[in-house]
Amino acid sequence: MYAQLVETGSTQLKTLDEMGPEERHFQERINDEIKIEPKNWMPDAYRKTLIRQISQHAHSEIVGMLPEGNWLTRAPTLKRKLQLMAKIQDEAGHGLYLYSAMETLGADRDDEIDKLHDGRAKYSSIFNYPTLNWADMGTIGWLVDGAAIVNQVPLQRTSYGPYARAMIRVCKEESFHQRQGYQILLTMMQEGTDEQKAMVQDSINRFWWPALMMFGPSDDNSPNSAQSMAWKIKRHSNDELRQRFLDQTVPQLELLGCTAPDPDLKYNEETGHYEFGEIDWQEFFDVVKGNGPCNRERIESRRSAIDNGAWVREAAVAYAEKRQHQAA
Amino acid sequence: MQNAAQKTQTPLTTFLLRLGDNALVLGQRHAQLCGKAPTLEEELALMNVGLDLFGQARNWLTYAAELEDEGHDADHLAFRRDAHDFRNLLLVEQPNGDFADIIGRQFLFDAWHVHLLEDLAQSSDPRIAEVAAKSLKEATYHLRRSSQWVMRLGDGTEESHARMQRAVNNLWQFTGEMLQADEIDQAMQEADIAPSPERLASRWKATVEEVFQQATLERPPYDAWMYTGGKVGHHTEHLGFLLAEMQYLPRAYPDATVW
Repeated sequence: MYAQLVETGSTQLKTLDEMGPEERHFQERINDEIKIEPKNWMPDAYRKTLIRQISQHAHSEIVGMLPEGNWLTRAPTLKRKLQLMAKIQDEAGHGLYLYSAMETLGADRDDEIDKLHDGRAKYSSIFNYPTLNWADMGTIGWLVDGAAIVNQVPLQRTSYGPYARAMIRVCKEESFHQRQGYQILLTMMQEGTDEQKAMVQDSINRFWWPALMMFGPSDDNSPNSAQSMAWKIKRHSNDELRQRFLDQTVPQLELLGCTAPDPDLKYNEETGHYEFGEIDWQEFFDVVKGNGPCNRERIESRRSAIDNGAWVREAAVAYAEKRQHQAA
Repeated sequence: MQNAAQKTQTPLTTFLLRLGDNALVLGQRHAQLCGKAPTLEEELALMNVGLDLFGQARNWLTYAAELEDEGHDADHLAFRRDAHDFRNLLLVEQPNGDFADIIGRQFLFDAWHVHLLEDLAQSSDPRIAEVAAKSLKEATYHLRRSSQWVMRLGDGTEESHARMQRAVNNLWQFTGEMLQADEIDQAMQEADIAPSPERLASRWKATVEEVFQQATLERPPYDAWMYTGGKVGHHTEHLGFLLAEMQYLPRAYPDATVW
């Protein structure tokens, strides 16, 4: 999941009585679980919030290609190379259809990408961490795609039709990536050398907390949640989803034979849930504000790809115009 | 230099290594392009081509390893041979450069690859025929795409035309060894495994001429000086670095048997 801290532009929820007829009709559709489609009336704030959320999600897919791209040239077998390349290609595909879903709301892909490049738009904080060993390719699949799935499964029922439908496809592919990632780690833990096992543990140590941060701030520090929940573009609170993720992930961690870098992590027999230590929220907000290990590098990579390609795009336009001219 | 890999090589395994190494090395150049494409659509297309090439490399190298019968697999051939044991064309190991260099390299290769695979699909060796038939579908798409880009860039803007022409001029010296038959190619032709090199050369030339003409590009002369050696393991300086990066993990952790 790739949308954190999405601004809704509202701090107070309206009741149905306070709404005008169009907005009431809109909210009743949502309450009845009927999808909002591009041609339906929608409040401006709903449209803007969705554009922000979907573009953030799309940007995350695109920026998310970079930490994996860092190991694509060094994947250790042909099978792993093919898997990783296919995964990265899926992410580019997710980016494309999320941008398309966003464009049904009247937004422009190039404008939104400009916002990413000049720092006005966000993407998931997780991709600002470096990938330092091969096991990171497993950990990203397992923890990062795993966290994304927990967040996105409910979004398959989100109120905006094109977004919900995009999520169905995205989730299917990400479940596959998650299994593949876990398989990379399991192979090294079960059949690998001591050095490979150390790689896996090192990778988990580095990605554990950033993965938990992917769900965004805790509920008491999440001012936009109430409106997003009323609009059903968010269906569970950040803390609920984080807990769900942790509960499913810890047994998988144990099966690997690895540990989490959290001395407070323990199972609570009474609640049936795992409890965990305090997240370093200072680090989270630093990374979100642009001060993570790789923020500048990631944006610079994206910007230079687009800048270096300007002459190519101009050529394609010029060629198409010439052809059109000839045909006319 | 005689080494373990070369001892068991027959003309057929050398021929398979050439096919596999071309796909592997060009695929690796695509892996290096991840996140650098000029548009998101091209990002997908470049990955697509890369995936096809790695898949082809695996098929050819698997067959080569089986014939060598040394207990190795395709991964061993890909990750444990040094540059002088690679048999790919010099063209495919050339660095990515700008998008015109990438497209120029791809087009000059595709135009040869498609015609080669067309004939290999009729090979007397059923395994080669099978892999070639599958690869041909992919390469046909690659050629369509790279031809279109050569035309767009060649007949696009003044800048794109200049870049495309410069790329072609620089890459042209590496096209000679594709068309020049050596004793391996002769042996393959005699066994009806591979096509006649002359026939292949004339079809390559026809494709190149047609696309260059539409792209308003000047074709360098066929009798220009040609840089050769890839097919016998004499490479340009670039291959060593490409392999150093690609083979880093298996080399750094030689005791690791699984990944």
